[in-house]
Amino acid sequence: MSEPRYVVGIDLGTTHCAVAYAPIPADDAATPPAPEMLSIPQLVAQGTIDARELLPSFFYVAHESDGAQALPWDESRTYVVGEHARARGVDAPARVIASAKSWLCHPSVDRRSAILPPGAPEDVERISPVEASWRYLEHLIEAWDHVVAKGDPDLALAKQSVVLTVPASFDASARELTTEAAYAAGLEDLTLLEEPQAAFYAWLAGKGDAWRKDVAAGDVVLVVDVGGGTSDFSVIAAVDKGGELVLERVAVGDHILLGGDNMDMLLAHIVEQKMVAEAEEAGRTLELDRWQRISLQHAARGAKEKLLGDSKAKSAQIAIAGKGSKLVGGTLRTEVTREEVQQAIVDGFFPVVDSAARPAVRARAALTQLGLPYAQDPAVTKHLAALLARHADALSAGGDAGKKGKAPKMLRPTRILFNGGVMKSALLRERVTGCIDAWLGEEGAGEARVLEGADLDLAVARGAAAYGLARRGRGVRIRGGTARAYYVGIEGAVPAVPGMEPPVTALCVAPFGMEEGTSADVAGGELGVVVGERVNFRFFGSSVRRKDAVGAAIERWKKDEIEELAPIEVDLPAEGRAKGDVVPVTLRSSVTEVGTLLLEAVPIQPKKKDERWKVELSVRGGD
Amino acid sequence: MVPPVAPLPFFTRLWFAWVVFFKVLFDGVFAAKVSSPQLGEPTGEAPKLAEGDKPAPVVVEKVVEKIVEKVIEAPRPAGPPPTDAALQLLALFQREGRFVDFLEEDVASFSDADIGAAARVVHGGCRKALREHVKLEPVRGEEEGAKVTLPEVSPNEVKLTGNVQGKGPHTGVLRHRGWRAVTVQLPSAVAGHDARIVAQAEVEL
Repeated sequence: MSEPRYVVGIDLGTTHCAVAYAPIPADDAATPPAPEMLSIPQLVAQGTIDARELLPSFFYVAHESDGAQALPWDESRTYVVGEHARARGVDAPARVIASAKSWLCHPSVDRRSAILPPGAPEDVERISPVEASWRYLEHLIEAWDHVVAKGDPDLALAKQSVVLTVPASFDASARELTTEAAYAAGLEDLTLLEEPQAAFYAWLAGKGDAWRKDVAAGDVVLVVDVGGGTSDFSVIAAVDKGGELVLERVAVGDHILLGGDNMDMLLAHIVEQKMVAEAEEAGRTLELDRWQRISLQHAARGAKEKLLGDSKAKSAQIAIAGKGSKLVGGTLRTEVTREEVQQAIVDGFFPVVDSAARPAVRARAALTQLGLPYAQDPAVTKHLAALLARHADALSAGGDAGKKGKAPKMLRPTRILFNGGVMKSALLRERVTGCIDAWLGEEGAGEARVLEGADLDLAVARGAAAYGLARRGRGVRIRGGTARAYYVGIEGAVPAVPGMEPPVTALCVAPFGMEEGTSADVAGGELGVVVGERVNFRFFGSSVRRKDAVGAAIERWKKDEIEELAPIEVDLPAEGRAKGDVVPVTLRSSVTEVGTLLLEAVPIQPKKKDERWKVELSVRGGD
Repeated sequence: MVPPVAPLPFFTRLWFAWVVFFKVLFDGVFAAKVSSPQLGEPTGEAPKLAEGDKPAPVVVEKVVEKIVEKVIEAPRPAGPPPTDAALQLLALFQREGRFVDFLEEDVASFSDADIGAAARVVHGGCRKALREHVKLEPVRGEEEGAKVTLPEVSPNEVKLTGNVQGKGPHTGVLRHRGWRAVTVQLPSAVAGHDARIVAQAEVEL
C-alpha cells in the first residue's frame, strides 16, 4: 500500500459534513501546512451540481418521477445526499433522512437495521442509521476522488490518512458503528477524534506556538460546542508533568440533542403565533402550510442571526413567499423584535441559572413513540452546570482545583473555547461566559477567559486535519483515552421475585481513560457462553467513575453514575466444540489505534493457540 | 490598466477564456481537442457571441474546472446553445429568490407594502445566491462623489459622461463605482438536464 499523501479531517456532523485536508510534509520538522477546505460537488437542485464547503447530512430516496439523480461520477444514482436532499426534505419529507447521526447513537433501536426514514411510504427502501452515515462518507470519498484524486489511485481518499470526528459523548458502540460505516464506505486508514478536541486542535493550529501564552499549566479549558442539532461539551486540562505541559481531556458531557435548529423552530413558532393573532385582529384567518412554515424557519434563522449579531438592530423584517408563482399578493410579512429573540433564544435556551441548576427530566410516557431522544430541557446553561458539577472531582488527582481544602462543588474552568454555528453570536457567548463566571464566583474562584480565534463552522474538520498532522509530527497532542469506564453486567443467582429485577454486579472491563493501543485482561468474572448460540450480556458505561480498575466488581452505585448501554453479544462458532456446550471465557478489552473499544472473549481452556472471539457491541435495542 | 505587449491583449484573453470556458463546457468534441496533447485548431471553432455582450473579467475557480472536466467525459451532443449558463443563473435566482416569479408578475395593482414584502423575499434570496456564486468588487475604489483623475481611460472599465471631450488625463466626479466580477462559480448541469426548465412545475399529492 502506498504511503498517504494527505491527512484528511472529516466532520461527519448531525446537520452538515465538511472535509479539510493538508498535504503531509516530507520533513517532520517543517511547519505544518494550514488545512484547506474541500469544495464538495453535490446536487443542489434537480439536475444542478454545485460545489460547496458544507454537505448537508440529508439523504433523499428519489421517487421514480424524479428520474436519475446523476452526479458527475454516477449517472444512474437513485438517491441524493446533500443540499438537494435537504431541500427535498421540505417538499417530500417522508422520503428524507435527517439527523442520521443521532439515530446512530440511539441505544434502544437496532442501528444496523433498515429503519430510516421513519414512517416512510412503502415504495421507499429504508436504510439503517449505519448505512446513512456510510452514504454521507461515500459521497465525500467520491467527491474527493473526483476533485482531488482525479483517477490517480495513490491520491484516492481510501489511501489517505483520515481523521473522522465523533461527538465526545459517543459511547463505545456508537464509535464502533461509525467506523463500520467508514470501512463500508471504503476508508482504510482511519482514526477517530472527539469533536470538541478537534475544535481545540483547530484553535491550537491557528495560534501556532503562541497558544502557550493563553493556556498554561493549571488551566482548565471548557469547550462549548453548540451545533445545528447537538450540544457537546468537553473539559481539557493543561497539566505540568515533569516540566512538560501536557493536555488532558478530563471530562465529556452527555449526548444532548439540542442545537440551533431547535432555536430556529421555537422562534418560528413564536412568529407564527404572532402572525395568526395579527390576522385575527384584522378579521382574517391565517393558516401556514408546511412549506410556509419551513420558509418561516429559514427567515427566523436569518432574523435571529441579525438580532443576535447586531446589538443596535431593534427588529428584523420577515417575509414569507407563498407557494404559487404569485409572489407579490401571496407574501406574508411580519417582524421579529429584539425582545422576542432575547426571550426565546437568549433566555429560553441560555437562561441565567445558578450552579445548582439541573436540566429537568420529564418522566417518559409509558408508550414512547419510536423517535429520537431529544433533550427534555432546552436550557443549555443547565446542562453545562450539570456537567461541571458531575465532574467536580475530575482534577482531584492534581491541578489547582483541589487546593482550597474544601472539596469543590464543580469543575472550575479557567478558559472557554466556543464552537458551533450557534456560538457565533456574541450575545450568547457573553451569556454563557457570564453564567460560568457567576458559578465560579459562588466558589470563590476567578473568572474564566474566552479563547479567541477559530472559525466556528469549520473548526472541527480543520482541527481533525491538524490533529492528523500532529500525530505524524511534533505537534501537541491531547491525551484522554476512553471518556468512560465500561462494565459487563453479571446477574446474581438469586430466586426470581416477580416485579423485582435480579441484582446486577457491574464488572469493570475497561477503565476510564484507557489509552489507545492498550489492552487489559479482565481478572475474575468468568462468563459462560453457549456454543452455537448468540449470548447477550448487559453492558454499562460510566463517565464519572474514574477509579474503577479492570476487574473491579461494583455491586451498588449511585443513580446516574452508571448507565445501561445497548447489550453486547458473543456468538461462538461451533468449530471444535459440541453445539450446546457451555464454554467458560474471560474477557479482554483493548482500545484500538482507530479509537474504538474492542472486547474479546478468551476461552479459559483454548482449543488452539490465541483462540478468542470478538464480542459485538451495540447489537440491538433493548427495552 | 493597459495590457503589456503580448500576442493577445489582456481583455481579449479574458474574453477568449470566457468563450472557451463555455465552449469546453458544452462542446464535447471541442473539449476533446483541447484536452488532447496534439492541439488541433480550436480558435477557428470559437463561437461568436452577439455584439454588445459584455465580457466579464472572470477568473474561474479551480473546482469548477474540475467539475467541468468530468462533464466532458459524458459527451453531450455537439453545438448546444451557449444560453445554458444564463439559464442556470436564472434558475439559481428563481430557486433562491423567486426572481422570475417576481419579474413576471403584474405588480401595478398591488400596494407598495405588498411589493415591499415580496421584494424582501427576492432581495434576500438573490443576494445570498449572488454572493455565493459571484464575487464582485467595485471597479473604482474611491467613494462615490469623490473627485477622480484618470490618466488614461480603459473603455471596458470606465464610461465618461457629461461634457465628454479632449484628451486625458480626465478629472471628474465618480458617480458610480462600477462592478467587476472577480470570480464566478456557477452551478453546472448534469448530463441530460434540460436547462430551459428554469423552475419545475409542482404538483402536491
